[in-house]
Amino acid sequence: MTNKAPHQLNTRRLLCPLPVIRTQEKIKELQPGDILEVTCTDPGALHDIPAWCRVHGHTITDTQQDDLDIIITIRVEE
Amino acid sequence: MTQTPRPKKALPGQRKAVSLISGGLDSLLATKVIMDQGIHVEGINFFTGFCVEGHTHAIRKKDKQKEKRNNALWVAEQLGIKLHIIDISEDYKDIVLNPKHGYGSNLNPCLDCKIFMVNQAKAWSFMEENQFDFIITGEVVGQRPKSQRAETMPIIARESGAEDRLLRPLCAKHLPPTLPEREGWVDREKLFDFHGRNRKPQIALANELGFDEYSQPAGGCCFLTDESYSRKLADLWSARGERRYELDDIMLLKVGRHIRPNNNFKLIVSREEGENNFLSGYKREFTTIRPTSHPGALALLDGTPTAEDLELAARIVGRYCKGRNEETVTIQVDFKDGQGQVFEVAPYPVDDIPKEWHV
Repeated sequence: MTNKAPHQLNTRRLLCPLPVIRTQEKIKELQPGDILEVTCTDPGALHDIPAWCRVHGHTITDTQQDDLDIIITIRVEE
Repeated sequence: MTQTPRPKKALPGQRKAVSLISGGLDSLLATKVIMDQGIHVEGINFFTGFCVEGHTHAIRKKDKQKEKRNNALWVAEQLGIKLHIIDISEDYKDIVLNPKHGYGSNLNPCLDCKIFMVNQAKAWSFMEENQFDFIITGEVVGQRPKSQRAETMPIIARESGAEDRLLRPLCAKHLPPTLPEREGWVDREKLFDFHGRNRKPQIALANELGFDEYSQPAGGCCFLTDESYSRKLADLWSARGERRYELDDIMLLKVGRHIRPNNNFKLIVSREEGENNFLSGYKREFTTIRPTSHPGALALLDGTPTAEDLELAARIVGRYCKGRNEETVTIQVDFKDGQGQVFEVAPYPVDDIPKEWHV
């Protein structure tokens, strides 16, 4: 595992599929091994971002949810 | 941690196609048919702002338990292909506002929309870093009255600029051979001759290919085909005196009751807690109105109301609170600039709101 500081992406208030689209755009700028934390409020993102990661081969390393936010952590793969 | 399989990459020399994936059965089948011929396929899906999927289910609390699956992503997973979701909402405005080929039965510019999407797919797929050879869609001749007719198929190919690099595997035998067929990248004999609105051939092919679950959205995947939604959009343009919209405008048309007592203002009244929460996110962009003496709906006020209009708006919001049968209720109006005003008003009688006020 790397100890790189995670990159952050704020998609609060956006409704799906916009959090997925913003995640896709952000990951294009990142390198394999980078970590991205996506903060969202649409519960649909809990399903859609992992699904997008699965079809593109990126790895979900953690998912956190409280009353306000959902935070999905992604490790960027090749 | 979710371990993911590596997505397949195109082999050296392998032909590549990009497939327009809506999330429905036809694009699923068209893609699978071409994959089975040894073509490397990746999916593309467009966000116009009018997509039915996701938004209303995400907003409304009563729908919280419904699965919020994105069908295009689900299809991509079933096929084991990448899916690229592209935001075209800004450029799409011109298609909605100025459709060269006109509207369908509502404000749906289906033919212009299809031409635009194929054009966008072409632009994306022939980019330097992508380098795809052709484009596929799940179109079927005669299936849709506006965009999928024998006369419109060549129009889409020509006006999108895709020309003979646009292949429709499900109805290819009704159309002239395309470049992928002529070059032998794809065997035309293994393509299909589906036509019309009968879905039985697609369902039989799905069974043959081993798909026993697929989305069949009733009424399409675009809000512009919906009569009620189109009426609200037309009302928005009429009240503004010009045909334009921003993304927030078209999101808000999907939420709440829209009540227009006068041309100079409209109320968007939430129908339940989830919509209340969603509308409360617009406090900085709109005047908000809510009951404080009783539980009830939050409303956004869009427009330029007079003092009399504000009182009328307060009475209407009073009708949608638990004090609707009381003599008076207390209603708080908060303006965008942070100022507020309190009204003690008689709620509008439950059955007295004129039907024509409901947009």
